[in-house]
Amino acid sequence: MEQIFETQRLSFQYQTEPGVSGALVLKEIDLSIESGSFVAIVGHNGSGKSTLAKLSNGILLPTGGKVYVEGLDTMDRTLLLEIRRRVGVVFQNPDNQIVSNLVEDDVAFAPENLGLPPEDIRRRVDAALKAVDMYDYRLHAPHLLSGGQKQRVAIAGIIAMRPRLIVLDEPTAMLDPQGRKEVIDTVKQLCREHGITVALITHHMNECIDADRLVVLSDGEIVLDGTPVHVFTQVEKLSELGLAPPETTALLFALGQMGLNVPLDALDVTACAQTIYDSISK
Amino acid sequence: MLKDITLGQYFPGNTFIHRLDPRTKLLMTIVYLVCVFTARTPIAFGVVALYLAIMIIVSNVKLRLLLRGMKPLIFLLALTGTLNLFLTPGEPLVSIWRLSISREGIEWAIMLILRITMMITGSFILTYTTPPMALTDGIESLMRPLKRIGVPAHELAMIMSIALRFIPTLLEETDRIMRAQKARGASFDTGNIIQRGRAMLPILLPLFISAFRRAEELAVAMESRCYHDGEGRTRMRALQYSRDDALTGLIGLLLLGSIITLRVTGL
Ligand SMILES: Nc1ncnc2c1ncn2[C@@H]1O[C@H](COP(=O)(O)OP(=O)(O)OP(=O)(O)O)[C@@H](O)[C@H]1O
Ligand SMILES: [Mg+2]
Repeated sequence: MEQIFETQRLSFQYQTEPGVSGALVLKEIDLSIESGSFVAIVGHNGSGKSTLAKLSNGILLPTGGKVYVEGLDTMDRTLLLEIRRRVGVVFQNPDNQIVSNLVEDDVAFAPENLGLPPEDIRRRVDAALKAVDMYDYRLHAPHLLSGGQKQRVAIAGIIAMRPRLIVLDEPTAMLDPQGRKEVIDTVKQLCREHGITVALITHHMNECIDADRLVVLSDGEIVLDGTPVHVFTQVEKLSELGLAPPETTALLFALGQMGLNVPLDALDVTACAQTIYDSISK
Repeated sequence: MLKDITLGQYFPGNTFIHRLDPRTKLLMTIVYLVCVFTARTPIAFGVVALYLAIMIIVSNVKLRLLLRGMKPLIFLLALTGTLNLFLTPGEPLVSIWRLSISREGIEWAIMLILRITMMITGSFILTYTTPPMALTDGIESLMRPLKRIGVPAHELAMIMSIALRFIPTLLEETDRIMRAQKARGASFDTGNIIQRGRAMLPILLPLFISAFRRAEELAVAMESRCYHDGEGRTRMRALQYSRDDALTGLIGLLLLGSIITLRVTGL
């Protein structure tokens, strides 16, 4: 399969003061993302997730190693726009990403920056708003929308660029459960129905269950990498890293420790219930 | 209290004035303001007031909204009015203690209050009927010729539109911080001016810190959306003059002409 995004021995350290570099935030990371896939990235606070997101579209530049987007090197400043239109990054706080007082004007911001003709911009804006199911709100003021709706507008603003890859940095961190569900459903739909590659950075393990792949970062290194089932079933390793598996896995693990012989690989509630039922009625 | 601030608010509609090109509305507002400050006589003020009244009626802006927008300015109006009433030199009509009111003082006070009221009401009609983005687009387009002498037209317009975008967000935040401080026993509506001012400090500090954080995040988000500078940027809604704009321009010229004539002839 084609790799849409690739880092090679990527390292990064922030400059704490002019001329003074802080500790390594990312340590020689090799990470490739397959085109069309849904990758979730988790890790405790300060593990370098946001830094990685900002390195993905050249907001930050590697202090060691390389970042390639469809083969384009982010260090090459002449390619900056080409890279940014391919990798869209959605950030945590929707309030600080929305630039306009009108939903559809905000979504138009990126295509306008790309210098597209007005008819094209209009078409992209309408399509993007429909893709996140916010078309009916196109003439609303963003500050009057709910958190989940605002974040969907922010996502529409990114997909109007027609990126190949969307990186979402904790897009649900400031939302209530309802808003969180809206946003995650939207993201999954973008990946499954519109074929956009998704890298979802999150603190909520439940949001990773449907991912094709789950990457765990710890102190700037990739410590676990595999399917969600593969990662979550390593319950002890996860708790060592300060992370909790989804409730379903935690429940099965606890049952296992009490002596009930159940497999750990049922992630959603129905499958989990079935597993327990089967093992009891055996 | 913060809900009263309607600055920069847009009320959607589809009237003749709503449909005008924002550049026309900006230029007309400038013409109107020049007229407000050129008018000196009751007849001239009458002409400007007539124009304003027609604008209010045509734009279908609710009088209630205009009055609400004026509310925060009542203090300013009262202050300038009073100062002018007493401090304008002239033949005293009434004397109270050491202060005296002259004929000129009364005239000046009335004129000033009229001017400020008309100035603000007229500007409100502009912002009430024009979406902020259209407004800043218009400003950018009008300032484009100034680019040659080094005026950063695009950047100024962008700053303005972002300021407008963040007014509601920051107001909301101020409200939230105030409520949080109140919950900890702070009081904002008691005490003298100095005490009240001091009570505001714990609000302004977190507000500024958060505004800077927001600015930083916004800059990153804008860059992530391929913002570089005004160069090569296009717009979804291109500005376009129509016949209505020509008609409006004509009315503007007529207004300006008549006010200047009135001023010159002293009528
Ligand atoms: N602008 C900066 N200057 C200096 N150090 C920074 C800066 N931003 C982040 N860091 C440091 O880099 C490390 C990684 O930060 P990063 O924001 O990437 O973590 P994160 O995984 O996104 O954490 P969180 O889950 O809290 O969002 C942290 O130790 C942080 O203190
Ligand atoms: Mg982060």
